[in-house]
Amino acid sequence: MKEIYLDNSATTQVCREAAEKVVSIMTETYGNPSSLHTKGYEARMELEAARKTVAQVLSALPEEIYFTSGGTESNNTALIGAAEALKRRGNRIVTTAVEHSSVIEAAQQLQKRGFEVVFLPVEPNGSVSPESLQQTITKDTILVSMMAVNNETGAFQPIEAVSRLIARAGAPALFHVDAVQAFGKIPVKPKKIGADLVSISSHKIHGPKGAGALYIRKGARILPLHYGGEQEKKLRPGTEALPALCGMAEAVRVLPDMQQENALMRGIHQHLRARLAGIDNVHINSGDDGLPYIINFSVCGIRSETMLHFLAERGIYVSSGSACSKGKKSYVLRAMGLSDSLIDSAVRVSFSRFSTKEDADSLADSILLANNTLARTR
Amino acid sequence: MKEIILIKLGEIVLKGLNRKSFEDTLIKSIKRRLSGVGRFDIRYAQSTIRVEPLDDDTDMDEAVECVSRIFGIAAFARACVTDKDIGSIKTAAAEYLRDTLEGVNTFKVEAKRSDKSFAMQSPEICREVGGFLHDTYPHLTVDVHEPDVTVTVEIRDFGAYIRAGLIRGAGGIPVGTGGKACVLISGGIDSPVASYMMAKRGLELTAVHFASPPYTSELAEQKVVQLLERVARYSGRIKMFTVPFTEIQNEIRDKCIEDYFTIIMRRFMMEIAEIIAGQNDCQALITGESLGQVASQTIGAIACTDSACNMPVFRPLIGMDKEEIITVSRKIDTFDISIQPYEDCCTVFTPKHPKTKPALNKVLEEQNKLDCRRLVEDAVKNVRVTMIY
Repeated sequence: MKEIYLDNSATTQVCREAAEKVVSIMTETYGNPSSLHTKGYEARMELEAARKTVAQVLSALPEEIYFTSGGTESNNTALIGAAEALKRRGNRIVTTAVEHSSVIEAAQQLQKRGFEVVFLPVEPNGSVSPESLQQTITKDTILVSMMAVNNETGAFQPIEAVSRLIARAGAPALFHVDAVQAFGKIPVKPKKIGADLVSISSHKIHGPKGAGALYIRKGARILPLHYGGEQEKKLRPGTEALPALCGMAEAVRVLPDMQQENALMRGIHQHLRARLAGIDNVHINSGDDGLPYIINFSVCGIRSETMLHFLAERGIYVSSGSACSKGKKSYVLRAMGLSDSLIDSAVRVSFSRFSTKEDADSLADSILLANNTLARTR
Repeated sequence: MKEIILIKLGEIVLKGLNRKSFEDTLIKSIKRRLSGVGRFDIRYAQSTIRVEPLDDDTDMDEAVECVSRIFGIAAFARACVTDKDIGSIKTAAAEYLRDTLEGVNTFKVEAKRSDKSFAMQSPEICREVGGFLHDTYPHLTVDVHEPDVTVTVEIRDFGAYIRAGLIRGAGGIPVGTGGKACVLISGGIDSPVASYMMAKRGLELTAVHFASPPYTSELAEQKVVQLLERVARYSGRIKMFTVPFTEIQNEIRDKCIEDYFTIIMRRFMMEIAEIIAGQNDCQALITGESLGQVASQTIGAIACTDSACNMPVFRPLIGMDKEEIITVSRKIDTFDISIQPYEDCCTVFTPKHPKTKPALNKVLEEQNKLDCRRLVEDAVKNVRVTMIY
């Protein structure tokens, strides 16, 4: 059975170039980058080369890139590190109701520490309205955190408006962008966006798991979460996970041209959308102006988990947009105002550069079959 | 210094003429359960089982963990063995109990002399050992009424044993002495607790699980395996049968009135479980039902499911509150597994308005729309077996 992997927002297949790089670092350039001997020096050179590669694609300076273990650590470091660094200058933190849990839960932690945290609601299309942003960013705001692209729906957030609104309010705020889903798929240029902090992750772009980075604008100051070493300028001490980090850089290096790939993805996306629109009971939850890599839809009456297993039996791997009837419902879809029955039956499909139109067709065929044969909840 | 485990028997000692067979079963299960930990010499004398490791590097912490989960044991203790000589006893006590005694303020010494050929009498032994411990650990004071720790010296056939206190065992009666029964297990909180409770009353377990792919996943079945592994730490090995159930659920959904779905489904489960139970020498079924917990567990619904089989059905949770059941599930470490959120065979087709007071004749009328015999035979024919240790 052919394997059709359409869960690329969960994680991706590691590309051959990155995998080979990881092996070569593990078996050959295995020194500790902090060691003073030749072996350590070689490792240090690899680390700095990786940093440069990542910096380049972000149009940033190498010294603005801090390596981490991935998106969750980058997001936690950004939120908690920025809030603690700026707590004397204000008390308000602004974020949205649809962030990744590593932002939401870090923000809730800050709430417990006494910060005033605002979780902005979203419109039915999944985006925050610029008006609500303007009203919420006040003079005593010290941090605004917003994702570039939502991981469940692909919806874009109005990130370009934020830095202007911060300036207009005269707030001391740092602006953090969670670009984990956007990175490698649309241009992410912190300077152009006006972001002070940007989180990215390796395993969403065909790199290995356990690697990521936090961009910190030169001049922006945040406090570390960990202590005990000089690595990453003391912001993230601990021996660097060199194989994973170099694998990430390699995955970044071989990223295809974004414009071309986006056009390709839009083609697959529109094709799937058209096919799904022709199936009874299917409701498409993603707006058509989002990231083409992600499409979220519900097949009314068929629980997400059932659909997921049904598709898996046919070699098609997708994500349940929401946990099963016993688990938590998707807070993202809830924030968009979707009904319980849509949330319970939501499925998220996410493409990668290895996806094809035929994959979308196989998926649509199976959805049609499921729709006609599976038992419905009542 | 040699450390051993002394085991005191539970309810078994109340048995009459068949006491011997209870003891034999218990010793056999101790032997089997400890075989994974190391090599042990296990002997029985004077209502006490003595477990002695044969190798110096045996992990006694693990052995104690293992013993603490064997039914039929009222209490046990770690003890050190020494020669039956008062000098050795004194020095061994001081050395073996150092950690314990340095952490408390008051103590007393008890002596039990079951080997009457030992020269000193019990009160004398207490005085000698107590005096020596007091000299060695001058911070201690003697308190005969409420001591922080009671040091016990036992002079027995094979040697002198020194221990501090007794640990409560798992209680119950040895698994296997009560026969064998088959538990219907879904993956929720209740059925593992029911399994544990019936194993505690001496039953050996077989399990039946119903799987409905694609409505349920491998993860849901894996969850049941994990649950049974936890139960098996008490009950010993369990043979688990996985029954393919999708067709039956689909048939009921397609042909019967929605409100009766759950009742008819449960009747099928009982019928299939009874056949599997019969094929595996089980004499009863076990379920995790608790009266009134859900629509299918009302008195009327239970009457309807009960009539689907002839074997006795044990429902140890029938009178327990959810909170009480959860307390036990936490104790046996199944709670955290049970609450993992996967669809199971009971959740997917749940009707909106299940019958809480079903009439049996109406249920049968609905069920008889189906080719019940063939459905049951097909399901039984295609079961998969997994051994759980």
